[in-house]
Amino acid sequence: MNLHEYQAKRLLAEEGVPVPKGIPAFSVKEAVNQARALGGGDWVLKAQVHAGGRGKAGGVQRVHSIAEVEAAAQSLLGKRLVTAQTGPEGQHVAALLIEEPSQIAREFYLALLVDRAAARLTFIASAEGGMEIETLAATRPEAIQRIVLDPGIGFLPYQARDLGFAWGLPAAAVQQLVKVMQGMYQLARRLDAQMVEVNPLALTQEGKVLALDAKVVMDDNALYRHPESDELFDSTQQDPREITARQFGLNYISLDGNIGCMVNGAGLAMATMDLIKLHGGEPANFLDVGGGAAADKVTQAFKLILSDQRVKAILVNIFGGITRCDLLAQGIIQAASEVGIHLPVVVRLEGTKKEEGMAMLRESGLRMIVAEGLTDAACKAVEAART
Amino acid sequence: MSILLRHDTRVICQGFTGKQGTFHSEQAIAYGTRMVGGVTPGKGGSEHLGLPVFDTVAQAAAATGAEATVIYVPSPFAADAIIEAAAAGIELIVCITEGIPVHDMLLVKQYLAKHPHVRLIGPNCPGVITPGQAKTGIMPGSIHLPGRVGIVSRSGTLTYEAVEQTTRLGLGQSSCVGIGGDPIIGMDFVEVLRLFEADAQTELVIMVGEIGGRLEEEAAEFIRQNMTKPVVAFIAGSTAPKGKRMGHAGAIIDGGAGTAAAKYEILRAAGVHCVSSPAELGNQAAALLGA
Repeated sequence: MNLHEYQAKRLLAEEGVPVPKGIPAFSVKEAVNQARALGGGDWVLKAQVHAGGRGKAGGVQRVHSIAEVEAAAQSLLGKRLVTAQTGPEGQHVAALLIEEPSQIAREFYLALLVDRAAARLTFIASAEGGMEIETLAATRPEAIQRIVLDPGIGFLPYQARDLGFAWGLPAAAVQQLVKVMQGMYQLARRLDAQMVEVNPLALTQEGKVLALDAKVVMDDNALYRHPESDELFDSTQQDPREITARQFGLNYISLDGNIGCMVNGAGLAMATMDLIKLHGGEPANFLDVGGGAAADKVTQAFKLILSDQRVKAILVNIFGGITRCDLLAQGIIQAASEVGIHLPVVVRLEGTKKEEGMAMLRESGLRMIVAEGLTDAACKAVEAART
Repeated sequence: MSILLRHDTRVICQGFTGKQGTFHSEQAIAYGTRMVGGVTPGKGGSEHLGLPVFDTVAQAAAATGAEATVIYVPSPFAADAIIEAAAAGIELIVCITEGIPVHDMLLVKQYLAKHPHVRLIGPNCPGVITPGQAKTGIMPGSIHLPGRVGIVSRSGTLTYEAVEQTTRLGLGQSSCVGIGGDPIIGMDFVEVLRLFEADAQTELVIMVGEIGGRLEEEAAEFIRQNMTKPVVAFIAGSTAPKGKRMGHAGAIIDGGAGTAAAKYEILRAAGVHCVSSPAELGNQAAALLGA
C-alpha cells in the first residue's frame, strides 16, 4: 500500500526527520487558508497522487501570491494528473501539499528497502539525487551506494557518517543525515514498510538537511497489524475494479486489451495473459480467482470482467487440482446464467474430472466455447474477440 | 532416488487439526506419505486422523523422530511456526501459508542463516512431492507420474501445468518443488537445481520463473557453471505492466528491473532451453530427452 507524500512526511517528521514546513489541503478554500497560515509570500503546491514524475507533468507549482495559490489549487484539485508513470488516464488529485519553498544547494537520493536477495533492510544512496534512480542504476551503477543493515543490530549512526563524509557534507549536516537515516529506519520498522524513500534529500543553502519529497510503501501482508493504515488508505488512487476485487478475495489488475481473463493461480494468470499476446490478442486484465474457485467467487469475477466495456471475449482458464473440474464447471454455469453473459466465453479446464466438466459446459445451453489445452484456449479467445 | 522427500521420510504437520491441515494431511496419508503426527498448541495428547497430536514441535520431534514438517498455520503465526520447527531440529520445513509479512520473513532468514542444515521451502508455495513416494503440500497427487524430470517453480498452478504435460508425454517427474511466490523465500532456484543436478533419477529440469527479483538471473549463472543436465524454462509475466504486483507478492517489475525479457535473455545466454509458451514445456523436455 502506497502512502501520499504529505502522509509520509508527517510520519517521518514524527521520527525526527527534518521536512519542509507544509500543510495538506483538500479544497481550494483550504489551500488558501493553509497558505495564509504558513505565511510568507512564496509557496509550493504539490499534487498528491501515487505516482512519480509530478514535476514535469505540472503537478508541482511555485506560486507567489494568494491569488496564484487559489488559481493553482483550482487547476489541480479534482482533476486527473497524467505523468510518465500514471498511464494515459492519469491519477485523481484529491489533495495538495502546500509547502514553504527551500533554497537547495545539493540534492541526494536515499531509500531504505527490503533487499530480496540479501533478505535484509538496505539503504540505497546516491550523491546524484533528483535523478531517476533506475536510470542511474542502469547507466552509472558506481554512483550508487548500498548500506546493508544487520538484522540483529539495525541501523547504526556510523553508517550515516560514512556516507555523509564521503558525500563531502559539513559536519553539522552529517549529524542531520544521521537523524534522517535513523528516522527512516524507525519508520520502516514501525509501519512494516517495504520501502521508505526520500528523493530528493536536500542540503539547503543554509546548510540544513531536508527531506524534500518522500514515499512510503507499506507491506500489504502486514496491514492486519496496522489499524492506522485504514486512515492512510486513499481509495481515489486505485482502479475501482481493483478495490471491488479485493473485497471479494480476488486479485484483479486492469490492463488495456479486450480479452477478459479468469484464471486460478497467479502464475497461470500471468501466463494466460502472455499466451493471449503470443497468439495475437490483448488481455484486458489479470485476474486470479484463487484456489477452490467457488461459484460465488466466479460470479463476482464475471461481473468484474463484464464491467469493463472494452471486453469483447472472456477466457476462463482453470487448472482443477484438488478442486474437481465438474464442480468448477457447475460454478461457471451457475455464475454465467446468473450474471447473463452476452459475450463469447472460452473455457479451458484441466485436471481431475476434466471430461465430466467439459461435457457439462457443452450441454449447458450457454454460449460457451470449450477449448482443449492452453494453446487452443488462447487461440479461440483471440479469434472470438475479433469477430 | 529423488530430492528432499522419500517414501520413508517422517513428516509432521503444523496446524494439523485446522481445516487446511486436516484436508491436506488426509490427502498426504492417502498418497502414501509417512505422516507420523501433528502439532496444534493446546490439543496435545489427543488423536487426529489416527495420529498423535502434540502441543509443540519439540515434543512432536522427540516422540516421532520427524524429519520434515508441513506448515498450514495462518500468516500472523507462520514465521513463529517456521522458527519453532527449525529450533526443534526439523531439517525440512515446507511452509504453504500465504501472506506472511516481509519483516517477519527477514527474521526467519536471519535465524536460518545460523542453521544452514535446515531447509525451508516456501512460504506461499504448493510444497514438495516425490511422485509415487510422498507429498508435503497442496498439489493434486493424481496428476503426477514417477519419472525423469525435475520440476522447480515459483508458481503453483504453472507447476501443475508442467506436471500434467510431462505425465501425458510419459516422461514423469523425479520430484517437484514449488519454491513460492513471495519476495523473501527459503530455498531458491539455485539450491534446488543443485539437488537435481546431483540426483541420479533426474535427467532434465523444468524451471518455471516469473517477473520480479533476481532468482532466475542467479539460476542462469549457476546453470552456466555447474549444470550438466538440460534445463527448460518458462518465465511468466512477459505482458505484465511495471510497478504492479501480479498476485504474488514477489511478482513485480520494480523500476524496470526483473522483466521477463531480461530474464529470458540471461537464461538463453546460459544455455537454457527457453519456451515462450507454458504449453511447450513438456514438448521441449520430450524433444531434449529423445522421447
